[in-house]
Amino acid sequence: MIVGPNACGKSTLLRSLSRLLKPTAGSVLLDGKDVQSYRGKEFARELGLLPQQSLAPEGITVVDLVSRGRFPYQRLFTQWTDKDEAAVRRALEATQLVELSTRPVDELSGGQRQRVWIATALAQETPILLLDEPTTYLDLAHQLEVLDLCSRLNREGRTLVAVLHDLNQAARYATHLIAMRNGSIVAEGTPREVVTEETVRAVFGVRTRVVDDPESGTPLVIPLSRDAVVGVDRPGDTATARAST
Amino acid sequence: MSSETAAPDTLVERPIWPRRTRFVALGGGRARLKVDLRTLVITGLLALVTVAVSVWSLGVGSVEGANLPLDRVAGAFAGTESEAIQRIVVEGRLPRVLVAVLGGASLGLSGAIFQTLTRNPLGSPDIIGFTSGANTGALVAMLVLGLGYGGATFGALIGGLATGIAVYLLALKDGINGTRLIVVGIGISAMLIAFNGFLLVRARVENAATAAAWGQGIFGELRFADVVPVALSLVVLLPALALLTPSMRMFELGEDSAQSRGVHTGRAQFLLLLVGVGLVAVTTAVAGPIAFIALVAPQVAMRITRSPGIPLITTAAVGATLLVVSDALARTMLAPVQLPVGVVTTALGGVYLLGLLIAQSRKVAA
Repeated sequence: MIVGPNACGKSTLLRSLSRLLKPTAGSVLLDGKDVQSYRGKEFARELGLLPQQSLAPEGITVVDLVSRGRFPYQRLFTQWTDKDEAAVRRALEATQLVELSTRPVDELSGGQRQRVWIATALAQETPILLLDEPTTYLDLAHQLEVLDLCSRLNREGRTLVAVLHDLNQAARYATHLIAMRNGSIVAEGTPREVVTEETVRAVFGVRTRVVDDPESGTPLVIPLSRDAVVGVDRPGDTATARAST
Repeated sequence: MSSETAAPDTLVERPIWPRRTRFVALGGGRARLKVDLRTLVITGLLALVTVAVSVWSLGVGSVEGANLPLDRVAGAFAGTESEAIQRIVVEGRLPRVLVAVLGGASLGLSGAIFQTLTRNPLGSPDIIGFTSGANTGALVAMLVLGLGYGGATFGALIGGLATGIAVYLLALKDGINGTRLIVVGIGISAMLIAFNGFLLVRARVENAATAAAWGQGIFGELRFADVVPVALSLVVLLPALALLTPSMRMFELGEDSAQSRGVHTGRAQFLLLLVGVGLVAVTTAVAGPIAFIALVAPQVAMRITRSPGIPLITTAAVGATLLVVSDALARTMLAPVQLPVGVVTTALGGVYLLGLLIAQSRKVAA
């Protein structure tokens, strides 16, 4: 999981990894091969992306939207095969959407809708899945629902890379945590290694106390009650920084 | 798993597709084509209406006594009617009916492409300047260069394509953003309309009258030679559009989603714009600028089929139906005076647009 202040380059990093952005210097490698050299559909069978904002056409049904995830597998004269059908069904089952499959997406709740988008990404059947703030705009129950789904997918063998805003949630759900600031990586490792009072201050400019989460035993960040924000330079000033790996 | 154990499984499995979605096996049976029943039925009905109105339209004249019953229309094709009747039906009325059907379909499809790419119902070629550009080209050819209707065809083709390229280049910045394309297009359209007005004011009165008539659609002048380019452009552009359609559908989910699923977004956008401009330019060059069909047909098709996104084949059918009906109305409403078809489509389109806006504002208010 990736954390960091606004405009520190988290989304830029995901967009470079998923080759929506071409790095100005350096290159992104997947299995030793430059991602820019992959063919479009070939790459889309390796790596899926759930962008921060997605648009659904008005009135589209859940199953129709999820089936769009099969685009990388479709060829000119083979529009829809048993494999496509099975992948869509698996994606719906994994996200508990089978019951809702014929419902229009715009009638669903925010959490259900986010599950539909995740299902669409799952139908793409990629070993790697990038998620850009999958919990934004969701209430607490739906945030946890999405994160639990992600961690289940991860246990089932998929590589998931997610940008998260909530540091405590990231600490709880991450297996590997990356903290970014000003377009570069400040710290990475297990949540315990990364989430420390020093790192949080260095990355977010906020003074905190880090204690053990009584539920999960992972680090829990508590901002100090007074003068918690340290007067350092505004992180948002470097929005143009381009990340590359 | 053996087939005996699989069978009961599939029986209890809950169907995931809505009832209106069916799959038709293709060729070997492994691949299937997704078919929407409602869309299929509606498109079929529209095709029937188009054929019926076309046949009726072949029999209707704009002067008293020129109305022919169905059997005499058939006789004109079979060669059993007098030569005069044959000429009226086959050489006079058939071309304009054919151009109305093919041109209506072209305009509708063009609108569908632009509205899908821009994800905006206002993103149709008549709003974003291509139609005004074609009109400018025709006016320059007729009034400045004095080339008459024949020159107008080429002028319109060049004007439409040039405007298309200009709008594309001006809106281009890391690919095409739908809203930017519309705003740039509306700006260019406004300038071109002003320039068209200037050309008409400067022209001699009799030339200006002909040119202004061209600007409303010139269905009365159509001959068989005019059907050929429209039909040819469809023969070339329809297969191209069919190849691009799966990519185009992905644009409905946003550009990032499309690109991350393997759509070459820049290339697909450019080719789709090319097809869209081509469709509208050829029809406009032949028949004059016909307002509102490209704007209205995709939206009507989407609403009557209740599909997400714009159904292409239904849009083509709606466009054809609309233009054939408009032409029939234009010829008969004030007979013996023939209205320009553009006046009828504008009236229909205006009513439709108003209805759409009212319905939308109600929805927002509710």
